[in-house]
Amino acid sequence: MALLEVDNLQVQFASEDGIVRAVDGVSYSVERGRTLGIVGESGSGKSVSSLTVMGLTRSPRTRISGSVRFDGRDLLTASDDDLRAIRGDDIAMIFQDPLSSLHPFYKVGDQIAEGVRAHRDSSKAQAWDRAVEMLDLVGIPEARKRASSYPHEFSGGMRQRAMIAMALVNDPKLLIADEPTTALDVTVQAQILELIQRLRNEFDAAVMIITHDLGVVAQMADEIAVMYAGRIVEQAPTIELFAAPEHPYTWGLLRSIPTLGPARDDRLVPIAGRPPSLIQLPGGCSFHPRCPFVREAHKHTVPMLQPVEAGSAHRVACLLDHATRRRLWSRLEAGKLPGEAREEVLPADNGQTRHAEAGA
Amino acid sequence: MTETTGAATAAAGPPARPGEPLIEVRDLVKHFPLTSGIVFRKQVGAVRAVDGITFDILRGETLGVVGESGCGKSTTARLLVRLLDPTAGSIRLEGTEIATLKGAELKAMRREMQMIFQDPYASLNPRKTVGTIIAEPFAIHGLKRGEGERKRVVQELMDTVGLNPEHYNRYPHEFSGGQRQRIGVARALALQPKLIVADEPVSALDVSIQAQILNLLRDLQRDLGLTLVFIAHDLSVVRHMCDRVAVMYLGKIVELASSEQLYAHPRMPYTGALMSAVPVADPTTTSSRRLLGGDVPSPTNPPPACPFHTRCWKAQEICRTEAPPLEVKDGGNVAACHFPLTDAEVAELVPSPGHH
Repeated sequence: MALLEVDNLQVQFASEDGIVRAVDGVSYSVERGRTLGIVGESGSGKSVSSLTVMGLTRSPRTRISGSVRFDGRDLLTASDDDLRAIRGDDIAMIFQDPLSSLHPFYKVGDQIAEGVRAHRDSSKAQAWDRAVEMLDLVGIPEARKRASSYPHEFSGGMRQRAMIAMALVNDPKLLIADEPTTALDVTVQAQILELIQRLRNEFDAAVMIITHDLGVVAQMADEIAVMYAGRIVEQAPTIELFAAPEHPYTWGLLRSIPTLGPARDDRLVPIAGRPPSLIQLPGGCSFHPRCPFVREAHKHTVPMLQPVEAGSAHRVACLLDHATRRRLWSRLEAGKLPGEAREEVLPADNGQTRHAEAGA
Repeated sequence: MTETTGAATAAAGPPARPGEPLIEVRDLVKHFPLTSGIVFRKQVGAVRAVDGITFDILRGETLGVVGESGCGKSTTARLLVRLLDPTAGSIRLEGTEIATLKGAELKAMRREMQMIFQDPYASLNPRKTVGTIIAEPFAIHGLKRGEGERKRVVQELMDTVGLNPEHYNRYPHEFSGGQRQRIGVARALALQPKLIVADEPVSALDVSIQAQILNLLRDLQRDLGLTLVFIAHDLSVVRHMCDRVAVMYLGKIVELASSEQLYAHPRMPYTGALMSAVPVADPTTTSSRRLLGGDVPSPTNPPPACPFHTRCWKAQEICRTEAPPLEVKDGGNVAACHFPLTDAEVAELVPSPGHH
């Protein structure tokens, strides 16, 4: 059994404008020693789902359903005290902005030691030693001296390292990294990513990495889930996702990022429009208003996340059929624009149900 | 829009021809003083944000500036448009010295240079309508006085940048991040400036939106013959946008080359390390990544000689004692390095291109 199993998780927030369906039926699992990458744009629900795993979205205005099982325990029904015992011990989290996640008044070493003393029965001196050991492990030079520094005396990369030291101080079984490198320079990002990878291998931890950067997940993750408007629209082993992506949104993401490679005259192909409001999702497939390959029927039928072929670990929520998708992607990959690919592959849309049947 | 490139036909002639320098920057320096004492303030040091840089911006080109945070790229942008006063050095716009302009002359010069900022949320006044925001440059410079004419011009601008002209009376909060950045672009275009400086114009945007703005900037540049300085930390974005790229480190330009050349054959080890660190959206690429240790040294006390020697794996004694000159290297790149990368080293360092 996997270390973390999330099944049909739904998270809704009541707001003045209506109910925000931040996470709308998401399922995934992470095993020890493996890394799951969750990719999505702002508002795709990628952070909310992981915050909910940690019990950090609990509030009278939040409705949560589904199940989250960690090491056999149900976290959604666990008491606040139980959760507090798990957080920072078995499950740890690294946030995006290290400056606002460290307390400016306390020494970095004290903040790490506090995590030890909250979960372990250890003396102040032991906890401090442990903090120094962790700072050393994450590559802070002169760790014993720097443990007495305050956060503002650290550079951005060092603060992120200190956060990682804090997260790992109790040897967590699961590490959740929410945009761990977004605020950092590429050089520091490379150092931090390598550090997370090394620590995963050494401690056999499970890692969930949440990011908008396809480059980061390509290098870090064993498996990737692409989220859009609160749902997972595609999920596959990393190699397969990049080799044969199946969802038009994933195609859009891949075609819209500039790379170091191609010539400058290669125009980027952006995804038209913008992500929908989570209060009023479009009917049918929620990507349909932005999808270049939309058929009339897709506006009414909600696609389910299904294996692309029987028994495949690659799953996709798209109403087009597998063969059509393969043909479309081969055109796009060859540099055709979405409109051209559509004309070549898809017949004029005059019917209602044909493609809905094919996809179901 | 591109006419036959008139190469470098000596002297500065008035006709706008692509390929000749629009801006010439020479030995530009900006030091921010560090002071101590309250009653008797005395300067105890300086942050050498920009420490003697020399480059040209050619008419009609997009010049990229890259580097880690703290390398001085944003300070350079602000110096170019004179939002900051240089400590020393010269900036010439079409032959006219602008580094020392004051008062009315400075204001007049500002019409020629506009800036696009990083944060589309902080750079638009929330209490003004989009129409007023885009028309503000006209108001400041006393142009297009008629109400009707101003509205017409603003709506044309909105149309140019892909905004619905009917949204003239809306407020910034009614727009998404990408649309707000379009408002910022329209405002920068209003005065038909000779130069636009874009400081991290897409780093606050989502990936799918980022591509829309990048395409817009490239189309505008092509159609209007704009000269663009594009500052970004994302090397792939700069690669995509720019004709030439300057790499900055600790307030100095350490390498300058055409975009093609720089990305295919970086000469300065720092440039190679930057490129090696970019995560590639292709799980099958293999490159022996060169991880730079540590952080950028403090610009208050930069290392002597070559500023990069503290982190450079090729550094030798001479790098600690003698500053390498910025000179033309093998392949045409201008780089400041005693031991430039060889093609073999580059092949090992830089991820094999593209994901197709």
